[in-house]
Amino acid sequence: MAGATDRLPVAKTYKIYIDGRFPRTESGRYFALEDGHSGAIANVCRASRKDFRNAVVAARRAQAGWAAVSAYRRGQIVYRIAEMLEGRREAFAAELGRQGSPARQAAGEVDAAIDRLIYFAGWADKYQQVFSTVNPVSSSHFNFSLLEPTGVVALLAPDEPGLLGLIANLAPAIVGGNTLVVLASAARPLSAVSFAEVLHAADVPAGVVNLLTGFRAELTRHFASHMDVNAIVVCDADREARREIQTLAAENLKRVVCRQRSDWSKPDSATPYLIRDTQEVKTTWHPIGS
Amino acid sequence: MAGPENTLAFDGGWQYDPAPEATDHVRIAPRYGLFIDGEFVAPEKGRYCDTLNPATEECLARFAVAGGEDVAKAVAAARKAYSGVWARTRPAERGKYIYRIARMIQERAREFAAIESLDGGKPIRESRDIDVPLAAAHFFYYAGWADKLGYAFPGRRVKPLGVAGQIVPWNFPLLMAAWKLAPALACGNTVVLKPAETTPLTALKLAEVIADAGLPPGVVNVVTGAGDTGAALVAHPGVDKIAFTGSTEVGKIIQRALAGTNKSYTLELGGKAANIVFADAAIDQAVEGMVNGIFLNQGHVCCAGSRLLLQESVADEVVAKLKDRMATLIVGDPLDKNTDIGAINSKKQLDKIEQYLQLGQAEGGTLYQAGGRVPPRGYWCRPAFFTGLAQSNRVVQEEIFGPVLAIQTFRTFAEALEKANNTPYGLSGGVWTDKGAKSFRMTQGVRAGVMWANAFNKFDPTSPFGGYKESGVGREGGLHGLETYLQPGA
Repeated sequence: MAGATDRLPVAKTYKIYIDGRFPRTESGRYFALEDGHSGAIANVCRASRKDFRNAVVAARRAQAGWAAVSAYRRGQIVYRIAEMLEGRREAFAAELGRQGSPARQAAGEVDAAIDRLIYFAGWADKYQQVFSTVNPVSSSHFNFSLLEPTGVVALLAPDEPGLLGLIANLAPAIVGGNTLVVLASAARPLSAVSFAEVLHAADVPAGVVNLLTGFRAELTRHFASHMDVNAIVVCDADREARREIQTLAAENLKRVVCRQRSDWSKPDSATPYLIRDTQEVKTTWHPIGS
Repeated sequence: MAGPENTLAFDGGWQYDPAPEATDHVRIAPRYGLFIDGEFVAPEKGRYCDTLNPATEECLARFAVAGGEDVAKAVAAARKAYSGVWARTRPAERGKYIYRIARMIQERAREFAAIESLDGGKPIRESRDIDVPLAAAHFFYYAGWADKLGYAFPGRRVKPLGVAGQIVPWNFPLLMAAWKLAPALACGNTVVLKPAETTPLTALKLAEVIADAGLPPGVVNVVTGAGDTGAALVAHPGVDKIAFTGSTEVGKIIQRALAGTNKSYTLELGGKAANIVFADAAIDQAVEGMVNGIFLNQGHVCCAGSRLLLQESVADEVVAKLKDRMATLIVGDPLDKNTDIGAINSKKQLDKIEQYLQLGQAEGGTLYQAGGRVPPRGYWCRPAFFTGLAQSNRVVQEEIFGPVLAIQTFRTFAEALEKANNTPYGLSGGVWTDKGAKSFRMTQGVRAGVMWANAFNKFDPTSPFGGYKESGVGREGGLHGLETYLQPGA
């Protein structure tokens, strides 16, 4: 009889997440993730431009439906993401550890990520009240300005902290009714792919979040130039990368939001202004007689 | 139904007598320098240019062409005023300066209106009743914000950006200057303003007002010139923010030019707004809305209702009534109080509009242009519309910026919404219906920054304005218009 210690562990295949499915990259390419001492720990999909375009199609298709989901329900779904993550705290902490985080730090990061999801879940049915206005125009009109999601948002997720950084930038975009195409950090891809599995288990509709793994050097220009992407959130890019992104984004007047680490990792960076970044203001005039 | 038996005859014996606005009270200097650091100065290279009256093609005045060195002087003056005076001025006092500007525009309203019509070609009725009063109202509205900014952004402390470079277009020269200056000053920024080269005069008159109002030198600087002057302002490293209103094409050039810098920007760009008329609409009222939507200011309006979407069952009736209404529109002397459609702003713009009139026909559209005589000199375009168009036609997709309406039809709500959203633009839109729920559903569905229900082309300083998609970035007006002149910080 073989003892428990003789059992061969089952290694996980890390795939990308498009339209509610977990395909491999269409390109068939991969890169090996190294942990710095024991060598390669996983093979990770090296997503292609075509994967990205497929993801944008899925995000666009999902956008109107997601924006139409009631604020209350969007809040419940984001809360559900937090619940699903809570149930997998140890697994995520262990995976962050494998990606190189010290154990205590990894556990703290998972807790902070869960709390950040709860924080943004609570904003789902409140940010509109904080940022909308009724405007006292001189003519006999009822005039109000409210927020609508910018649409399809591309997110270049930060390297550090691998999980909290992803969630702190992802949550405000989807709470606000946008759909997302995310390029996960190439240095911290495992927790990102596992987080996509959490999203999948949390009733987030297909296409609302699409997540790719791969290299910024290869994919950034496609994220920035795609004509059906309405906004791009860029984390921790240097000046030259920002210049390239801004230049390409101008082709369809993409909104470009550049964030540095202090914008999301400090406790006081949990703020509804991150939601506001990917919202448009619509003003409506209705006659009121007289 | 407008059948032949009740078609109105507008070419009867009655004629309007001329009713020109007097201009004897208007003071226009023969030549204007640049307004830098509180005084009018000659441009370094000594270059001047003519500004024409587009209704007569005569020169009204000469204005300085600012080169890079002049722009640098203006930015330096704005920087010095920012750190030396304006940032230290108590917010309530800042507000009182802005109130003064509002009051002085009201006092000189008649002169501003006449000059706006002389320099830009717009009917005096519009400059008198829309442009000038709204410009004053913008200053009045934002003046009051200066000492209340702490209430505008819950949970966030804010501070000014610094020096704002502002580039305004020729269609609403004074009003656009007011939209830009008022919030910038209220938030504590200093400004270098560049008016358009075909319409510099009211901005220069505004500079006189600003000097008379006693604003500290350098808080507002006005540099005149064409695209090169604007490009120098955009490129200047001492500018913290660019606010631009103009074409989408130039907006993209500016976004690229600012790439990799830390300058913030707002862009108010082009549009191709759908004006959607359902069969249950009050048709006569809707026809007034169409006329106001596309023929206001000769159609030189970024949010103009330049596409008309008619529900098929009423399309013939609406088109007949629109033709009748267009027959009453008077094209001519902008200074005449009876004029509905003034002069096209420039020869260049007239050429562009005429190209589109040709193009629409070449694409298979049917052109209708209202009759009537136009003056022998000057730049004129009689009001026009196209029918028989496809969604892919360029006259449906592209901004013409003239009195030219593209008419299409639809059967269902879904088709109307699909067509309304099917351009790269997203600035504005209108919906005409008797049903409240349908109206709200359409204003919600159209991806545009400003939606009018049973109305079109209404503006107010309290009401945020700006585009989705390729119509721009950021908002001007209202509380949301403050956002773009502030940054987080103590």
